[in-house]
Amino acid sequence: MNRLVAAIASRLTIIIPYLWLLVFFLVPFLIVFKISLSFTAISMPPYTPTFDLSEGWTTFTEAFSELSFENYLWLWDDALYFNAYLTSVWIAAVSTLLALLVGYPMAYAMARAPDSLRPLLLMLVILPFWTSFLIRVYAWIGILKPEGLLNQFLLWLGVIDAPLVITGTYTAIYIGIVYSYLPFMVLPLYATLEKMDFSLIEAAQDLGSTPAGAFWKITVPLSVPGIVAGCMLVFIPAVGEFVIPDLLGGSQTLMIGKTLWNEFFANRDWPVASAVAIVLLLVLVVPIMFFQQAQAKAQERGR
Amino acid sequence: MKSLGSIRRSFAPWTDPNAKPFISFENVTKRFGDFTAVDNLSLHVYEREFFALLGASGCGKSTLLRMLAGFEQPSSGRILLDGQDLAGIPPYRRPVNMMFQSYALFPHMTVEKNIAYGLKQDGMAKADIETRVAEMLKLVKLEQFARRKPHQLSGGQRQRVALARSVAKRPKVLLLDEPLGALDKKLREETQFELMDLQQQLGLTFMVVTHDQEEAMTMADRIAIMDKGKVIQVATPAEVYEAPSSRFVADFVGSVNIFEGRVAGRDEGRIEIATADGVTIRADDANAAGQGTVWYAVRPEKIRISSKRPENPALNAIEGEVWDIGYLGDMTVYNVKLASGQIVRSSELNRHRTSEDPLTWNDRAWLTFPADAGVVLTR
Repeated sequence: MNRLVAAIASRLTIIIPYLWLLVFFLVPFLIVFKISLSFTAISMPPYTPTFDLSEGWTTFTEAFSELSFENYLWLWDDALYFNAYLTSVWIAAVSTLLALLVGYPMAYAMARAPDSLRPLLLMLVILPFWTSFLIRVYAWIGILKPEGLLNQFLLWLGVIDAPLVITGTYTAIYIGIVYSYLPFMVLPLYATLEKMDFSLIEAAQDLGSTPAGAFWKITVPLSVPGIVAGCMLVFIPAVGEFVIPDLLGGSQTLMIGKTLWNEFFANRDWPVASAVAIVLLLVLVVPIMFFQQAQAKAQERGR
Repeated sequence: MKSLGSIRRSFAPWTDPNAKPFISFENVTKRFGDFTAVDNLSLHVYEREFFALLGASGCGKSTLLRMLAGFEQPSSGRILLDGQDLAGIPPYRRPVNMMFQSYALFPHMTVEKNIAYGLKQDGMAKADIETRVAEMLKLVKLEQFARRKPHQLSGGQRQRVALARSVAKRPKVLLLDEPLGALDKKLREETQFELMDLQQQLGLTFMVVTHDQEEAMTMADRIAIMDKGKVIQVATPAEVYEAPSSRFVADFVGSVNIFEGRVAGRDEGRIEIATADGVTIRADDANAAGQGTVWYAVRPEKIRISSKRPENPALNAIEGEVWDIGYLGDMTVYNVKLASGQIVRSSELNRHRTSEDPLTWNDRAWLTFPADAGVVLTR
């Protein structure tokens, strides 16, 4: 009897996360997917068909037959969407690379800092999260705009004669994304580098490697799990990023997050917006699967 | 004094005044902030020597090794290797290799790649690297494990990979930082002899850091006993054991009985020491003790124990009470309490399987030892 209870209890603990995924991920996904197969309508909600069992079974099945993949064909036909996806992936990829270039030295310096200093440094990395993300992005407008702090500073230094135009360009988007997502790059990198035994570097130098050689042959290969995790954590949200391109990138930037927002709120075209969201999800699922495979591989290596 | 430590080898370049030292530490000091890890230390090691630095943790022995490897720079003084001043030469250009205490094997590389790492850095031809790696694998008997990763090996196997990797480049000096520290006792004993064989085969100079006196005694040609950044004594294992230069060394290596007393008389290289127990010990005085307080250090196995006073008047004899008996199998240890309360230890080998033990707890017993059984120490 006790054993039976234990068996049920152990099943239950597994069921809870599955139930969570079902209710908060799979069901909303299916609803969005269903809307993406519908058509816009001037009604409430703004699409047809709607499923309503109260009008009998036949209306229900008829509604089913009205669903179509037309919105996906529309996305395919209009170069705007394709370009938006491409631009988003490109911007996210470049930002991820920049974040890695900035984040790696930071994480490395933190991992090699004296033990007493590390909690403070870690705190400093996490500290920006205490302020609203939106406010921090707005602050960047103040820094980057033509009469902003950066331009004033550069003019004062005499490096430039006329203010640089940064806001409203892709440069501003890169700056915004790298700044906002840097902690997500630094933290996993720090976690792997901090675990690393630095006597390995000494051993490599002892065997004839220059410090640079030891870095490329030992430190970098051993921090691959951290690099992968950090890049995924920056890349995935950056692809769908909406706030940063909207605030810093100006009106002409073509990122998928912004396109999605326009479809939903400006055009009130829920079905097309849903189709955009579904495709975006697929674009993101591929790198996630890649990431998980890499992790499984790393685990196999016993690291 | 009779010659000590000539049992094993005729190799003793340190006794030859014309021999050139291979490694020289000249007045080397190393400070970390306020802490002086190595204090104005001078030391000479000869080519092909198996040299051990022995001391408790924090005595500066590892710092000394790391300075030779190039990971630390001396605050003052200089280090010479084969006549060349090592100052300013980075670790990757020094002809020394180190075997790390943690082994520091590269976890993302196979055994083969680990061993080949240093050879590749030197730009050795691929075919030569393969030959050398195969040779090294054979040397440490790990041929079947060439393609394993370090985490797939046992502790003893990892230790051998680390060893193979550090000798693969044929360094002028091999530095070993607690090379056997992570192994269990039985494996450690086996490996001690393997290391000695390896050193003989390769003809390299070995410098090993250890806190295990038994390890140092077994393997080394000479031992430097260190304390608080200074070298207290440098000598062969036999000299360190039989002729320690101070109470610290006598006490650090093996167990010892130390009698404190005053010089009461002297006669042809012998002195008489009057101890607190009212006993007079006759002792060979190699250290030419002056007046005042001296210490007589004698090892437990040099002291015989019996229930009767010995007849030979030339022997030293001290009476006491059997306080503790420890039966260790191969020997029996007696702790005898003297009138002053001092405990003196004597150990007797159990040569016969069935011998009646005449002594038991609380018996009166006589401890006897000849004049040359111990050494007179002045510090």
